[in-house]
Amino acid sequence: MDDLLGEPWMLSPSVALRPEPFGALAYHFGNRKLTFLKRPELVAVVRGLIEAPDVRTALETAGVPASQHPAYAAALRGLAATDMIRRRTGENGAAA
Amino acid sequence: MTLTTDRPTERPRTGTLVEQFELGLDAPICLTWELTYACNLECAHCLSSSGRRDPRELSTAQCKAVIDELQRMQVFYVNIGGGEPTIRPDFWELLQYAVDHQVGVKFSTNGVRVTPERAAFLASPACNGYVDVQISLDGATAEVNDYVRGPGSFDTALAALQNLQDAGFTDAKISVVCTRQNIGQLDDFKALADRFGATLRLTRLRPSGRGADVWDELHPLPEQQRVLYDWLMAHGEDVLTGDSFFHLAAFGESLPGLNLCGAGRVVCLIDPVGDVYACPFAIHDNFLAGNLLADGGFQQVWQTSALFADLRSPQTGGACAKCEFFDSCRGGCMAAKFFTGLPLDGPDPECVQGYGEQALAADRVVPAPSQDHSKTSPTRNQPVMLQLLTRPPSQPPVSACAESPLSGFTP
Ligand code: SF4
Ligand code: SF4
Repeated sequence: MDDLLGEPWMLSPSVALRPEPFGALAYHFGNRKLTFLKRPELVAVVRGLIEAPDVRTALETAGVPASQHPAYAAALRGLAATDMIRRRTGENGAAA
Repeated sequence: MTLTTDRPTERPRTGTLVEQFELGLDAPICLTWELTYACNLECAHCLSSSGRRDPRELSTAQCKAVIDELQRMQVFYVNIGGGEPTIRPDFWELLQYAVDHQVGVKFSTNGVRVTPERAAFLASPACNGYVDVQISLDGATAEVNDYVRGPGSFDTALAALQNLQDAGFTDAKISVVCTRQNIGQLDDFKALADRFGATLRLTRLRPSGRGADVWDELHPLPEQQRVLYDWLMAHGEDVLTGDSFFHLAAFGESLPGLNLCGAGRVVCLIDPVGDVYACPFAIHDNFLAGNLLADGGFQQVWQTSALFADLRSPQTGGACAKCEFFDSCRGGCMAAKFFTGLPLDGPDPECVQGYGEQALAADRVVPAPSQDHSKTSPTRNQPVMLQLLTRPPSQPPVSACAESPLSGFTP
């Protein structure tokens, strides 16, 4: 299992999400990268990260079945690579 | 039973991104906004037939209202062009206004107003890294560039690049329209970009605007398209293309980027008077979706125009549907077909499988332009190639110091 599932994450502060019929468009004002979130479920997960103690909870809240968690973890890693989402540190960054 | 003429509001949730894009988005991804039809140059291939300002051009206040609307629609950045946008007196004010309203700006310029002071402003924290500058250059040497862009334009562009570099502005773009005359200079363009710490951007010549008059002479030859394709395959990572060469995908492997005609789906143009067209290369009544002043704003036009609804409805591949490369090439560029008088559902005039040449050889009618802001009389900036194309004099030119009041007069 990907460690990320037990960690607290969030949408990067410089990213804006624009809802679209297929999901959303994510734009990073810092590195000016444009990314497409191709499923509404993924958008719900990404938006929910900040409220959740860890990624797994965000996935469960968005109704993603456990069998799909590894696939979502991989998609989130992809988003992390361009700083669309980042790991929360400090205050409630409880996980190891 | 209820009869409904509405198109279905449900759209498929699955499908590739390209299929989703073909059905349209709530706001454009690639929005071009031409601020003025005025220009200091008279490039032979100008896509918008620019030259003279249009008296109906949007005022500063109207432009700011457009920016406010783009911010509300979450259009994260806009490509500003013209004409020459920087010769609008309020250009820098509008640039600052956009940046302050989370609308990033990439503007295209021939460099005429990119002075050391403006370059310093562009590199300053006031622009917050939200501004991209694209200098147009259509030859890696003055000879090749000035042939289409006019005398002195090469030096102007290089001076602008130098000013940007000296001011510490990083990663300017050098934007090149690929032509028959400059395909042999691709490596030189790359070297030039490296020299200025800039990124090279190559785009396709379309027969739009004045481009229609010179397309036959300037568009790359079939064997040059192959050279271009191979070069792009080798340098794909470090070169931008505006995804404009997807018709070359029919050589084999797809090039990186979006392979589709985005007109009215993800691409759009706002012209200087507020007219909204499907694509910057399609300034023609046939592709006019509405006007943002007359039709309730840009969002209204983008989301409800009949033309855009049509462009977003499933299209047929026509003669291309049988082609094995249709999935990646998708029949090429709508504007290139339209302005060469080819059917929109057939092959691109530069189809690399050779069907374009066949189509061009058949009966066709090239559409008349529906606007022209070209200067009415030539200036010293006019490219030489146009002078060669104009009517040859029937007698030797009159010298500037001929004193007879009747010199040059033939009864
Ligand atoms: S008409 Fe041509 S230039 Fe315009 S979006 Fe389509 S392919 Fe691109
Ligand atoms: S026939 Fe049509 S789809 Fe096939 S390569 Fe030519 S333009 Fe592209």
